[in-house]
Amino acid sequence: MTMTPTRLGWLVGFVIACAVPGLPLNAYHVDVLTTAGIYAVLALGLNIVVGFTGLLHLGYAAFFAIGAYTYALLSVRLGVPFWLGLVPAIAVAGVCGVLLGIPAIRVRGDYLAIVTLGFGEIVRIAITNLEQWTGGPNGVLGIAHPRVWWPGGTYDFGVASTPYYCLVLAAVLVVAVACSRLADSRIGRAWAAIREDELAAACCGVNTFQAKLLAQGCGAAVAGLAGALFAAKQGTITPDSFDFVLSVMILAMVVLGGLGSVPGAIIGALVLGTLPELLRGFDQYRMMIFGVVMILMMRVRPQGLCGGVRLRRQRSVSPQPLHVSAAA
Amino acid sequence: MTAGQLFLQQLANGLTIGAIYALIALGYTMVYGVIQLINFAHGEVFMVGAYLALTILSLFGVGYDAVGWSLLGVLALCAIAAMGGCGLLGLGIERAAYRPLRHAPRLAALITAIGVSFILQNAVMLCYGATDRHFPSLIPAIRWQIGGATITWLQVVIWLSSGALMVALQALVMCTQLGRAMRAVAQDPKACWLLGIPVDRVVAVTFVLGSGLAAFGGLLFGLYYNTINFHDGYSMGLKAFTAAVLGGIGNIPGAMVGGVVLGILEGLGAGYLSAQWKNVFAFVVLVGLLLFKPTGLLGERVAERA
Repeated sequence: MTMTPTRLGWLVGFVIACAVPGLPLNAYHVDVLTTAGIYAVLALGLNIVVGFTGLLHLGYAAFFAIGAYTYALLSVRLGVPFWLGLVPAIAVAGVCGVLLGIPAIRVRGDYLAIVTLGFGEIVRIAITNLEQWTGGPNGVLGIAHPRVWWPGGTYDFGVASTPYYCLVLAAVLVVAVACSRLADSRIGRAWAAIREDELAAACCGVNTFQAKLLAQGCGAAVAGLAGALFAAKQGTITPDSFDFVLSVMILAMVVLGGLGSVPGAIIGALVLGTLPELLRGFDQYRMMIFGVVMILMMRVRPQGLCGGVRLRRQRSVSPQPLHVSAAA
Repeated sequence: MTAGQLFLQQLANGLTIGAIYALIALGYTMVYGVIQLINFAHGEVFMVGAYLALTILSLFGVGYDAVGWSLLGVLALCAIAAMGGCGLLGLGIERAAYRPLRHAPRLAALITAIGVSFILQNAVMLCYGATDRHFPSLIPAIRWQIGGATITWLQVVIWLSSGALMVALQALVMCTQLGRAMRAVAQDPKACWLLGIPVDRVVAVTFVLGSGLAAFGGLLFGLYYNTINFHDGYSMGLKAFTAAVLGGIGNIPGAMVGGVVLGILEGLGAGYLSAQWKNVFAFVVLVGLLLFKPTGLLGERVAERA
């Protein structure tokens, strides 16, 4: 395998990520990085929907919530262990993604954004109100932490931060590799075709309905995985963790990284996930500075940090000089 | 209370909150109509408007004792100051966060909008504190019984003032040169530029108008609920955005209709189903409507862009 700059970048990033548990960091730092890793999984999943396929989705936190609640309830009610609970968490979220996708696909563009936003809010409010099942606003308590068995005993992840870091790192790696493979596959090319020009894609024989549903399902399934990881790490989940602000923040991570870019989604999640913590020194002004940094970053690089993919030409709104030939 | 009385009461309550939604929704829809941008920071402008109004009120030290012309004068001053302040704020937001990205990929403006939201929310939190602030109820508590429903003087004031503003806006858009320029830019910015219409200035004026209307909505919100918080911009902004889409985004009468319809639906949903589920009710109606009429109640077909 030749060493291209991209592969070198992946390798360096991976080595640094693996070295984190060995670095002299305290539990708080590792915890911040773990949370950023969960954001990275979410951003990678949303990137399939928004970046690869070009469907603007504003209710992505709903699938995160569905994954988290599926594992949490299985764990608390039925005592299902984490590794077994991952499967239904991913599956339920994925199926919900497809089911919610079927009606939503009828609407396009910005209207799709508002329909998905509506779904996101409906799911969150439903979880809050269905108290007999979900514990309502108090959430679910006492979710089992992951546990590994080996000959000679079991190891419970408990509340330590390093094991979760390793688990989340593995998840980011698996999802990132899967996403890059998907992007280059037949279905990935179908998604890109839909993003660039849906009508042309349909004319070339792409089953746009199926491809769009698949994108929504894949994205939702990844969010389900992230949800199960989140629930297992926190041990307690409440509906407040899955609001519209989270959906928008994840979208911001994808856009900041560069739409459609797999490393971009990870970098965007790391930047937006850790920046508020890095700015702690500014104390009460930190969220204001965070806002200023977001505006400056986009003004400097509007296409995103790793925005390499060709996006559809935008209709220019402010006039640009036209070159009209005299012979026309 | 009989079924008819309950219906009337919820209708009146819904119409009141709907009028406030409509005022905020106008800002979303005008900006969207002109440059196809969802201004996610608009809810925060509304919230800043409410706080500006509160600041003016506390400057005058007005409490419950103001009556007659002095009350009217104070309220007018509040409205003018809040609308002017937010108009300037809207102008600044457009210049700092949106204009530099007019040619960038469309979602880039989303990030700067979130940045603006963070800045405004935290600025208000630092200046006024994170707790709920009391907003004095200045309008005399006169109430009437109409068909068994209680209508307050405050509700009438909200209906009349927001209605007057909407009529004024519609007149401005349909009958003035500025309004014609706005409609032209919405149709084809490039052609406008070729014809010598100052597109950038028209876009800036659109932001000023939308922000001013949101600020007036903020004043009414404070008077109606008597308490404001720096978080209110988020939830009201989301509702108003929903209202704008419900009516057909980009369509000015649509935003008015959408706001009032959403308010009434919420009122009726809260009255007949349960108050807990009223937000779900609003969104279910929205999703259902968009599935059958994908461009909203009064919407035109929009170009497909992702």
